[in-house]
Amino acid sequence: MDFSWMAWTWPTIAFFSFVACCLVGMMVWEWKDPGGGPRRGILTLDTTRGDRLFISLLGSAFIFLGWLLVMSTPLWGGLAISLVWIVFVFRYV
Amino acid sequence: MANKTENQKAWLFVLPVVLLVAFNALIPLMTVVNYSVQETFGDNVFFWEGVKWFEQVLNSERFHAALLRQFAFTGTILAIEIPLGIAIALTMPRKGPWVPVCLVLMALPLLIPWNVVGAMWNIFALPETGLLGKVINGMGIDYNFTQQPVAAWLTTVLMDVWHWTSLVVLLAYAGLCAIPDAYYQAAKIDGAGGWAVFRYIQLPKLKRVLTIAVLLRFMDSFMIYTEPFVLTGGGPGNTTTFLSIDLVKVALGQFDLGPAAAMSLIYFLIVLLVCWVFYTLMMRNEEA
Repeated sequence: MDFSWMAWTWPTIAFFSFVACCLVGMMVWEWKDPGGGPRRGILTLDTTRGDRLFISLLGSAFIFLGWLLVMSTPLWGGLAISLVWIVFVFRYV
Repeated sequence: MANKTENQKAWLFVLPVVLLVAFNALIPLMTVVNYSVQETFGDNVFFWEGVKWFEQVLNSERFHAALLRQFAFTGTILAIEIPLGIAIALTMPRKGPWVPVCLVLMALPLLIPWNVVGAMWNIFALPETGLLGKVINGMGIDYNFTQQPVAAWLTTVLMDVWHWTSLVVLLAYAGLCAIPDAYYQAAKIDGAGGWAVFRYIQLPKLKRVLTIAVLLRFMDSFMIYTEPFVLTGGGPGNTTTFLSIDLVKVALGQFDLGPAAAMSLIYFLIVLLVCWVFYTLMMRNEEA
């Protein structure tokens, strides 16, 4: 099957593979520890693991956009802040 | 909670929807992501550009202006349609022969295709020949939506209110009909007035349907294209060029697929964020 019309590049394949791995990882986590790990974090939101993944990915997207707007390329600084944000969300939110 | 994950066969029922969503949403979205990091001059030939288009869009004054107009438009129509929709729903009869008449009348604007609504309002509001334009000008007010930015805005807002308030009305009406009589009887015994009944019984009970109404109207109005495009074409100047009209100009008018893809992804992220914030806030109030 020819997918050339989708104009794939290695970075975009890597990006979607990362998202797919996250989803598979969440499934495995759920299988090992069912129930979704619901809790009320410091933002007083009731979240499950899936919610926390959504918040961390959406937040990371905006962190990258913000970095691009303020600091321009390269994006390593944005990546570092995003990783800190993801750890923060999964630990405390 | 523990039983929730036991019956995994139910997932098979979701499979057709997953396939459908994959074909009509996921694959196009993936393609847009691919386009957003490349440049093309057609003929399926692409050149890697990295995050250049995202940077260009984020720093573009044109994008900022369209985004601002979009938020102003969405905020205005939400501020009008939600209270107006609730007010109309409150005045509608709950029993009797007038119920179907009211429901059909309310549903009528929703049945009209968007491009027809735009064309209708265009003809209706024309200053020389349209009924609305003629009447306003006849009252001594200088009104021409094809040339005056304020008139173009007012007409666009009025058109959206006419087209979509019915949706809020029908949702609010359904919510009102679902409130059991016992609540009203209890309020009567307590001697509650009309305002108290609305504030402490009807409004809290409407919270879920209003969440849906706000989310639907936010998303729809934030992505509005056809009606203002047919009515004003985004003009005069760029005064009614909302995000989607600007996006189409970039993508199809200029054939800048890379910047258009980057713009649509930023657009998508904004919609996603605002919807999540709305939903979270409203659900939190629900629990409180």
